Amino acid sequence: MQSLILTTATRLLVALLLVFSIYALLRGHNLPGGGFIGGLIGATAFILYAITATVEEAKSALLVDPSNIAVAGLGFAAIGGLASVLAGKPFLTGLWLFLFAEEGGKGMPLSTVLLFDAGVYLAVFGGILTLVFALEEET
Amino acid sequence: MAGDYPKIERVMGGPAGWVSVLFPAVLFVFFLNVLPDVVHGPIVAGIDWVPSLGVRMSVLLDGLSMMFALLITGIGTAVTLYSTHYLGDHPHYPRFVCYLLMFMVGMLGLVLTNDLIALFVFWEITTISSYLLIGFNADQASSRRSALQALLVTGAGGLILLAGLIVLGSVAGSFDLSQILTQGDEIRGHPMYGAILILFLAGAFTKSAQVPFHFWLPNAMAAPTPVSAYLHSATMVKAGVFLMARMNPVLGGTDAWFWTLILFGGVTAVFASVMSMRQTDIKQVLAYTTLMALGTLTMFIGAGTHYAILAGMLFLLVHSLYKAALFLMIGIVDHATGTRDATVLRGLAKAMPLTGLAAALAALSMAGVPPLLGFVGKEYMYHASMDLPGLGAIWVTLMTFAASALMFAAGGIVAWRPFRGELAQTPHPAHEGSWPMLAGPLTLGALSLIFGLFPGIPGHFLIGPATNAVEGAVHEVDLHLWGGINLALLLSIVTFAVGWLLYRNHEGIRARLAGIETRSPVDFDAGWDHLLDGFKHFASRLTDIVQNGSLQRYLAVTFTAYAVLVGGTYLARGAFDVGPRLIELGAHPVQWSVLLLMIAGSFLVVSTTSRMTAVAGLGVVSVGVAIVFIMFSAPDVAITQLLVEVLIIVLVTLVMLRLPYLPPRSELHFRFGHAIIATSVGAVVTMVLISMLSGPFDRKLTDFFEQTAYPEAHGRNIVNVILVDFRALDTFGEITVVAIAAIGALALLRGIRTRTKTDLNANEEA
Repeated sequence: MQSLILTTATRLLVALLLVFSIYALLRGHNLPGGGFIGGLIGATAFILYAITATVEEAKSALLVDPSNIAVAGLGFAAIGGLASVLAGKPFLTGLWLFLFAEEGGKGMPLSTVLLFDAGVYLAVFGGILTLVFALEEET
Repeated sequence: MAGDYPKIERVMGGPAGWVSVLFPAVLFVFFLNVLPDVVHGPIVAGIDWVPSLGVRMSVLLDGLSMMFALLITGIGTAVTLYSTHYLGDHPHYPRFVCYLLMFMVGMLGLVLTNDLIALFVFWEITTISSYLLIGFNADQASSRRSALQALLVTGAGGLILLAGLIVLGSVAGSFDLSQILTQGDEIRGHPMYGAILILFLAGAFTKSAQVPFHFWLPNAMAAPTPVSAYLHSATMVKAGVFLMARMNPVLGGTDAWFWTLILFGGVTAVFASVMSMRQTDIKQVLAYTTLMALGTLTMFIGAGTHYAILAGMLFLLVHSLYKAALFLMIGIVDHATGTRDATVLRGLAKAMPLTGLAAALAALSMAGVPPLLGFVGKEYMYHASMDLPGLGAIWVTLMTFAASALMFAAGGIVAWRPFRGELAQTPHPAHEGSWPMLAGPLTLGALSLIFGLFPGIPGHFLIGPATNAVEGAVHEVDLHLWGGINLALLLSIVTFAVGWLLYRNHEGIRARLAGIETRSPVDFDAGWDHLLDGFKHFASRLTDIVQNGSLQRYLAVTFTAYAVLVGGTYLARGAFDVGPRLIELGAHPVQWSVLLLMIAGSFLVVSTTSRMTAVAGLGVVSVGVAIVFIMFSAPDVAITQLLVEVLIIVLVTLVMLRLPYLPPRSELHFRFGHAIIATSVGAVVTMVLISMLSGPFDRKLTDFFEQTAYPEAHGRNIVNVILVDFRALDTFGEITVVAIAAIGALALLRGIRTRTKTDLNANEEA
């Protein structure tokens, strides 16, 4: 699409949207956000890029084929779920590690739940981009 | 690398060949070792498999399963050794070995298991491996058809059998075979006995190819000859016979059992032996004589007296020995000369003396000539059939007599005529087979002779224990070659005379039968094709109706079904209810304005003639929904709603270019119908929502999530905690769907693109 305003704005917006999508993913456990929403925002960034430039450019900026990202997302989610099986607990039980935790606080929490949510992020992100890129190429 | 093997090893099939021979050979020795123990009584042992369902993996090794196990491993050894030369240089030989061993394991499991469910699993393993082996020459359409036919007929029978097994298991209160075998009277007296009997016999008759399910077996001869020898004569097709013998103490002894089995068995035996006279391909002759044997076995198991069971078990051994030998023999002849045509082959005895010897021994046993085991078998069959009560005696004796006489003639066609006279011209010059190919048929032929001379050996170790297992009683069995001058011996002599006459005139009979066959209106094989075509036709008609490719119709059907079923249920049950709670809820002026906005959006969608405007109108509606979510403090859902809305706009814009134009507005009835559907769906949804909101609100789950989200799952955003922790399995399922749907759509779109390109190319060329 030949629109100077959109093209210029996109350069800023893509980066912003991507950062924001990660932000949404990370804050999701306590505040509005999460893997699903993050994945949607991230996908929007690349869709915007594909509309202003071309699908080929968007694809090369993405480096990895989106369908692979989607499948990798499934893998992340599966690993996040299976970790608890290795620890002898039921599939998909959350395992938590609280770094630098002080009295009364939870410090910096790391968990298999976050890994699972990252898997959701990638699956949604990759799935939607696969679909949109295929449609754009087609038309 | 295959080419790097030394020549001899390659011919022997390489490592796959030796493994395939060792496996059954070791097992055969093992079973021989256990044999003396089993003669004294059955062995039962096992472990729990699925304890929660009461399914056990346990073994019941009694006389019946022992005889089958020895046949499976013994003939298995002969057949695998034979295959190293027969198929050793085939590029897919290792695959063949895999299928064959898979079958062997399935068949052994089938005869050894002590559990009804495991029995079904093994039963199906034999069906599937039989399918793979019949279709081994997958490049031939006839092979594939025969394989599929066998799979569908025996597979359908297997499923019916499963139903029977489940009913039997629930009636008996256990799936443990050794326990069920003691409950015969209880089950025969149960109201479900008739159903169990029909279901079991449907499974057994399809597997053991009784008329009218027989047609798949002659077609199964498309398999390589070792497979025909092993699966389709010596072992697998006897699985149905095994099942009937196994169930005899439970299901047998009633009039229904007696008459069904002797009628089906008798008809199968005589029909098949007549049909065997019709064939010119020796392998087909053997296929029909196998049918005859299966019919005879069914008949004698059905007859049910001590002598009948004894004769049946004896004939089972007799038949397995001679039929495997004959199949292997014809494989050697086919391999050496390149033909199996009974009208062509002559004078092979000079070129192939050892093959001829094996053929002669086996065929003499088949014809029932003394002193071979076949003679003993026939004497006992006559003896048993004349002993039966009433009409049964006449029927069984007649059928046995007719089938035996025809067998005598078939033996001549298969193993006498091709070897006599002057050597005839064949596609390849005839030469003797190699020792691995000869070992099996010669051993089996020799066993027919040795067992015939000393029938006490198989009688004591095999037939006696097997008969006791089938009868569920204990008798001492003592077999004799010479039973004295009696009616059975006289019948035997008449059989030889009639058989000889039939053999002398077999060419005339064959021509007659061919004439009858062409005029006959009944053709099972063609009937099968009609049946399958009917299924396909029906399926395609149904698909045309419910899936005609119009998205509009799909949506119309879905929504109409929703409105009618849900709305109808609500109205019929009087569940529609405006309770006091709804009136309490009221509405804020801001909510009213959002509602008005959404109504305006909907109106725009239905009234516009432009797709773009309609999409914009839908956008208004969904933004309104998002605002409602925010007002009721569900920010996560609202964000998702808005993002999805953005994506929908993008996707619709992309798809829009490819969509056909909207139908002209003048088609009033079209829009009128859609308006009715839309309004009713809207009305039903409103009704459901109002009814739901009118009831008291159940806070159980909400309270649980609110209380546990932070302390136990370390998250304050309940929606997210539910998604990634409490209900993570659901989420996992959903993202799997997202990924698969995306990949599926990608494949579809690529398919469309390549097709369009091909069309373009075709146009250019034109």
